[in-house]
Formats: sequence, C-alpha cells, structure tokens
Amino acid sequence: MNTVAEKKHRVIEPDSLIGKRIRKMDAPEKASGRTRYIHDINLSGQLHGKILRSARIHALIKSIDTSAARALPGVHVVITAADIPDQRPIGVAKDHFPLKVGRVRSQRDEIAAVAAESEEIAEAALKLIKVEYEDLPVIGDPEDAIKPGAVLIHPEPHGADGTHMHLKQGMSIAHKGKPDNIAMRFDYSHGDVVKGEAESDVVIEDTFKLHYVTHCCMGVSGMIAEFDASGNVLMYSNTQVPFLHKREFAEYLNIDPARIRIIQPPIGGGFGSKLDIYPFEVICLYLARAAKRPVKMLFTREEEFLASPTRQPVLLTLRSGCKKDGTLTFRQVHTLHDNGAYTSWGATTPFVMMQTFSSLYRVPHCDYHTAAVYTNNPYAGSFRGYGNLQATFAIEQHMDMLAQSIGMDPLEFRMKNAQDAGEVTGQGMSFKSCGFKDCIRTAAQRSDFSHKFGENQANQKAPGTVKRGIGMASMLHVGGGAKIYPSDGCGTILKMDDFANVTLITGASEIGQGSETVLSQLVCEELGLPISAVTVVNNDTAITPWDVGVHASRTTFIAGNSAIGAAKKAKAKILAVAAKKFEIAEDYLDLRGGFVIKADSGEAVIELSKLLRNLHFQDKAELVMTTFYYEPPSVHQDKGFKGDVSAAYAWGTQVVEVEVDTETGIVKLIKVTGAHDVGRVLNRLGIEGQIEGGVVMGQGYAFTEDLMIENGRMKNPNFRDYKLVTAPEIPEMDIAFIESMDGEGPQGAKGVGEAPAICMAAAAANAIANATGVRLFELPFTPEKVYRALHGKTPKLYWKPWKAE
Amino acid sequence: MSLKHDIEFTLNGVKRRVQVDVTMNALAMLRDVIGLTGTKYGCGEGECGACTIQVDGVSLNSCLMFAVDCDGREVTTIEGLANDPQADALRDAFVEHGAVQCGFCTPGMVMQADHILHKHEHPDEGCVKRGLEGNLCRCTGYKKIVDAVVACGATEK
Repeated sequence: MNTVAEKKHRVIEPDSLIGKRIRKMDAPEKASGRTRYIHDINLSGQLHGKILRSARIHALIKSIDTSAARALPGVHVVITAADIPDQRPIGVAKDHFPLKVGRVRSQRDEIAAVAAESEEIAEAALKLIKVEYEDLPVIGDPEDAIKPGAVLIHPEPHGADGTHMHLKQGMSIAHKGKPDNIAMRFDYSHGDVVKGEAESDVVIEDTFKLHYVTHCCMGVSGMIAEFDASGNVLMYSNTQVPFLHKREFAEYLNIDPARIRIIQPPIGGGFGSKLDIYPFEVICLYLARAAKRPVKMLFTREEEFLASPTRQPVLLTLRSGCKKDGTLTFRQVHTLHDNGAYTSWGATTPFVMMQTFSSLYRVPHCDYHTAAVYTNNPYAGSFRGYGNLQATFAIEQHMDMLAQSIGMDPLEFRMKNAQDAGEVTGQGMSFKSCGFKDCIRTAAQRSDFSHKFGENQANQKAPGTVKRGIGMASMLHVGGGAKIYPSDGCGTILKMDDFANVTLITGASEIGQGSETVLSQLVCEELGLPISAVTVVNNDTAITPWDVGVHASRTTFIAGNSAIGAAKKAKAKILAVAAKKFEIAEDYLDLRGGFVIKADSGEAVIELSKLLRNLHFQDKAELVMTTFYYEPPSVHQDKGFKGDVSAAYAWGTQVVEVEVDTETGIVKLIKVTGAHDVGRVLNRLGIEGQIEGGVVMGQGYAFTEDLMIENGRMKNPNFRDYKLVTAPEIPEMDIAFIESMDGEGPQGAKGVGEAPAICMAAAAANAIANATGVRLFELPFTPEKVYRALHGKTPKLYWKPWKAE
Repeated sequence: MSLKHDIEFTLNGVKRRVQVDVTMNALAMLRDVIGLTGTKYGCGEGECGACTIQVDGVSLNSCLMFAVDCDGREVTTIEGLANDPQADALRDAFVEHGAVQCGFCTPGMVMQADHILHKHEHPDEGCVKRGLEGNLCRCTGYKKIVDAVVACGATEK
C-alpha cells in the first residue's frame, strides 16, 4: 500500500494507445465459439420462413396455386403478392416488389413464401406450390439490352393481359414501368477533352471487361422479425445501416418509424452486401405480421449465391492521352453496367468510378459517361471498393501503356502526374492531406520495383517458360466519409460510472472490422484510461444515437471523431470539477493512467474514480454523461457531380509480383508490397488485418473468383465452383503505412476499409504484362484466359463508346 | 414420416443420448437438437470448414457426417475446448495475432488448428497453410490466422 504522502507525489508517465497492437475486444468470445450470430438466436414461439424463387429467368406468372402448401401440417402462413395488397416497391430505384407481381425477371425472383414450424416443413411446403409461367425472351447481355427493339425488362403496364392487375398507381418504376432498359445514367465532365486530345502526343483507347463476383460472407444472410401485441416491430438484422433501414422498413410496412426497433447481432461478414433492403427481409416481416409469431429466415449457401447482390460487371472503353514529356492530357470514358433485373446500390457505383477517372493523378480534361442497363441477370449491390476496382483496373493499365508509348519509366510517369497536398481536382476534391507520392515511392523502393521491372522486361524473350513480372497500381478513395445522405454524421453517448469505467454508446456498427476497439482506443486516449475500462454498446436502434451506417470506409473517421467529441466533453467536465476541488487552473490539469494529474509534471492529483465518486455522492449529486454528434465538413456534390464530398481522401499503392507459366497459363501471385496513406495508424493489429484481408479479396477478384452467369442462369452457386482464395494461395505481404496526419481525422487517421482491395487486379495485369509482354483486358486471370491471351487466341476486345440519349 | 434413431456418444467429455432423424447431419444435431451453436453452418457441403469438429481425434466437416454416425464415438466441438490448456493457448494466439475479424469462420479455424497442433509438434508456415486449406475466411486474408497457429506451435512443449 502506498502511503498518502507517496500517492501525492506519484508521477504518472505519459503513455498512448495510438499505433499500438490492440487486441480486438470481441475476439475472445469469437475464438471460443460463444458469440451469438443471428443464426444462433432463437425466440420462443418462432416459426421458420422460406422463399419460393422463380424456376424461370424471364416469364409471366400465369397462375400460382398454394392450396396444397397451405394444407400441409405445420404450415402457418403461405403468402404470394396477391396476399399482400399493400406491397410497396423497394430498392434504390423502387423498381421491384418483395413478392413479384405478374412477372419474374431473374432467377432469384421471389414468388411465394411460407412460415412453418420447422425449416423442413417450410421447404416441403415450397415444393407443393404450383406456378404456371409463360416464358419471355431473356436478355443476358447488357449490349443486347440497349439494341433497338430490345425486350423491355420493366414494360408498362404490368400483367399478362395488359391490365394493371391490382397494383395501385404510383410514380415508381415498379408501378409505371420503364420505356427503355436504362436503369441509371451518369454524365460527367471537366475541362475540354477535345482540347486535351489535340494537345496529346499519344492517344490510346482500349476496352476492358469486368466480371461478376459476390461477397461470400461466411455467415449466410438472415433475419428474425417479430411484432409485439401493439404492432411494434422488433428485428434482428444483419444490416450495415440500421437507422436508414428503420425509416425504410417503416415505409414498407406503412407504420411510424418510431415503432421499429432493429437489433444487430454480430454479423458473419458484410463488405457492403448489407447496405440495401432485400426482398427476403420485407417478406420475413410480412410472414411475421401474418402469422403473429416471430419468424426466422436464413439462407442456404446456394440461396446466398443466388439471391445476394454482386459486384457490378462493367464493360468500359477508356481513351487517354499524354504529352511526350509525360504529362497526362485527358481521359474519356464510356461504360456499360449490367444492372441486372433490379436496381440496388451497384447502379450508383459510377459516383466512385468517376472520382477515380477524374482525379486519380492530375487529369486536366475528363469526360465520363455510364449507362446501367436492365438485363435478366442477378442485380448488383455495393461491394468493398464500390466501382473503384473496375475504374482502377482500366486507368492503371493505361498508365503503364502510356508510359511505354512515350518511352518513359512507369514509376517516373506516375510520379510526374501524382498530386500533392493542397491540390484541388477538376471534380472539386480537395486534398488536404495527401501521401500519394510517398505511397508510390515507398511501395517501389520496398519491392525494388525499378530494378525488377527492367530485368523482367529484358527476360521476356529469353528461354524458359516461367516468367517473373512486377506491376504497380495506385488508388484514390474517400477516407473521411462521403456526403451522400442529408447527413454523414454519427452520434455518441458516453457515460462514466463510479469506478471510472466508460460505457460508449455509438451509432457505429461493428461488422468485424474492429470499430468498437478503435473507438475505445480513441476514448481512452482522451480520458487517460486503459482499454479495459470501456464497454461499447453499438447494436440497438432503441439505445444508440443515429449514424448513417457502415459504408464508404467512414466509421473510424466519422464515428471516431464523434467518440472523441463526447470524450473531450467528459474530460472538460472532469477537469473543471478537479480544478475547483484542488484550486488548480484547468489548463494545468490533465488525465492520465486513471488519475487527474498536473499536466507539466505528471504528478497525480487524485484518482479519477475517486473524483467521480466525490462528484456523485455529494449534496448536489452529478454524473459524467455526455453526448456528441459529429458531422464532417464535406459537401454534397452539385448536379454536375462536383464538390468536395469527403472530409479526407485515402491513397495507396500496391506492387504485385507474379510468376507466369506460359505453357499452362497459371499465374502464381508471389508477393504484394503495399503502401497506404492511412493518415495515422490507430490500431496496428486491426489495420494490418484490414489490409491483408483486402489484398486477398483483391487477389480473388483478379485470379480465382468468377460468378458465371449464362443467359441469366447462375452456373456455380457454391464454394466448390466459385473459388475463394485459400490459405496456401496467399502471397507474401509487405505492408507499409504512410502517416500523412490528416488535420480533420481522429488523431490524424483516415478511412482504409475499402482501399486494399482496389489495386490488386490492376497491378496484377501490369505484372503479367511485365512478365510476358501480353496485356489482359478481361478479368479474371484464369489459366485458360491467360493461356489464350499468351498464345494469340484472344480477339481484341472492343466496345464502341456509347452513351444514352 | 421421417425415421428416428437413438444414439449414444461422448460429447465434449460427457456421455449423451439423443434421438435424431436418420437424414440429419451432425451439424444440425449439434446446433438444433443439442443447442451448441459454436459450430457454424457456412455451406453445408464440406467446402468452407466453418462446421469443423473432431471425432475420435480427427477433424472433419460436421455437415458431411450423418448424426447417427456419431454413435459410440468421441465428439469434440469448439465448446469442448473450453477446458483444454492447449486450446487456451491457441485461442489466446488467435486473439493476440489479430486472427479474428467477423469471427464466423473462427471456431472452425480453431478446431482445425487444434488438430494440426496435435498432429505436428512445431508446424511451419507451409504445414499450417496446407492444414487450413479446407477452411475459408473472407475477412483476414489468412495471414494472421497462420501466424497465430505457427506461433502457438512454436511455444508449445
């Protein structure tokens, strides 16, 4: 025991959690199998829901007979569109109903649903539902969707006999149809590309083709819905955006949002897949409403493949130019996006793509056009990187090709066009912190890029069938949120107990990325506490303050600043109390190691827990409880898509090394050297995990993953034929962090969640070209594709630039 | 009507008797009949490893095993590793090395890693990678999982 005298002179040494390797707070529970995911939660009285999906790709529904299913013992409810007269259209473009009305447009389409005593009974009931169809021509290729006279995916009016059936009139596509197959279009420009082209010494044009991949969250989709006796809704949901969904679900159920409560159990992976409301969620609510019992609905893995969103497939023609001295002159881009049958967030990936085309390197003149078109294919959602993988794939290949055409070193070419802090791009993005050149330089140095690049190039024609290659790509992504919604903010409620423990109630959702750990670190940094002093509450809309959701790599930045704001207010209150009690000016006090200290000497003034008890148990009793709402200083884009949409921007460069077997087409990924401008490293353990996981996800996109869709039908909805990267296939990884100390970021940090997946395919393409002299314009780089390209069997891909009128 | 069958086996060191449907797999028995939810459903066809358990000391996918085939055998699930000191060290290694993100694959990874460490005293990186080939992870990129298992094996007697 210390004596009182010793305590008075005790000096608390400065310490910081920032940049340390902090154990993820939820890891012990997860590693012991104790964490209860949605799959592991069962409510008493719960029924099991299942969905009947279309047996056809594109067809009219002539009749549905559910009588045998309804008669099956154990079946409580069977519903079709006819049973839900108040269905409202869902999705980003409000172009579909949860239960399809009169027509199916893709393999995943929901026709009927059952709630039964068990999953087995529900499945048996689905088999008893008889549906008669009348097939329609299938559009399996987006190029066919824009041909004159193409079959319309959303014709008006609905219904086989030209009537509106029982649909109410409304303005949405689901009600009124669409007279063409163009779901969304984006047209952006800055400068004058004609002038840019005229100034160019070299102009190149190529078409790139990006394929279907999907999230493959290890935990399949699911939800539990329950209505209480007063009609209030409780949902256990995997959503990444609980507050937006609360409002939307209320609209679909035609009730007050106040009556909807969303609890988010831990989720088995997100990666953007849980940003939209999908038909199964609304159907689960319909079943629970009809059955007056809780209904749990879980996908099978096959259903997860069939009925989850995908990354958006893109056909893209890029025309770029530069001067002989290596100055980029312009980029002109036309893209055609396969939207699938309905519109989810995938259609809006051009928001991110155009940022990369307009602003990754200095681009004086840029012209960008996208049409996302309806087909009978699966529909695309948001997926880590959000269009940036596709855009970067094209741009960074052209960077190499332009450099080659003017005889300049690809590294020098990039450095010449890379931006510095303080620059504002043609699209209005303002780079306050910018480690772009450091990223390029660092990744190049650590991988010995220039030396290897030259050596491999010289070796292309040498004897031997196995060739080494090295390639580089860089990326630009939002790193300080993205102002898409009216607010891009996050709220925090912070309370302290009598023992100086903190309960941090945040709007931010933990989806495995480690947000609760990093938010706790930031709070502890302000309050001078160990991480063990914090409990995080982050999964219940009835408790937590509003947040726009987990997307756009925003959580550390936005929720982090919000948590810091609440902690600073708590600190101010504590110091004011201590200052008064000990008659020392607040400015001379600080918090450190669980004590109030003298800021200059570190001398302990009082144990924080004791001070808090003094405050609480006095005549005028008080607790330390604070709230804070952080709104980033970003702006909405104008009608021309211009504006500083994020409070900070993240940069990264990845160098990929491969070994190409020219006899088999097998490409082995040897090493990835990454340098990421993350502002500042907060939790080193967590950020390394984010980068490594993203690199391997990017590896899958580049090499192994391919969701094969033939004429609307998915050929490989399983892990046997859809190849995720496995442990033996991962490359050596050398990751460096560039700390540009962003002025607005929490402790200087910027968002990084999406960044590491973005460059991989582009860098791999450049590496294969460096190894073999052959360039690949189409993903993924399977042995067959690579072999064909190396042996001149791949016809030159060309899509004539086209834009919607 | 489905056919039921009584089986008796040792689960995590405790003798149990349960009645199971003959078509049921061991995963469904563990989760739905017995109520141990640490073993996860990821694919139902032996491709992802989230449902890895150990039967008579050998790791396997519980989704590919009939529940009735557990009869007379010794079955260990992730919950059964709670009192095993070697498994404590392994779980700690997963936590220390940042091998856990969403955590859904983690119980299966730990079960498989435990099996690897029983078979190989000090497995190297290549050995661990090969041993974990049948376990998919979408978050971590595997590196930290491999690091955790190698480190755990290196410190073990």
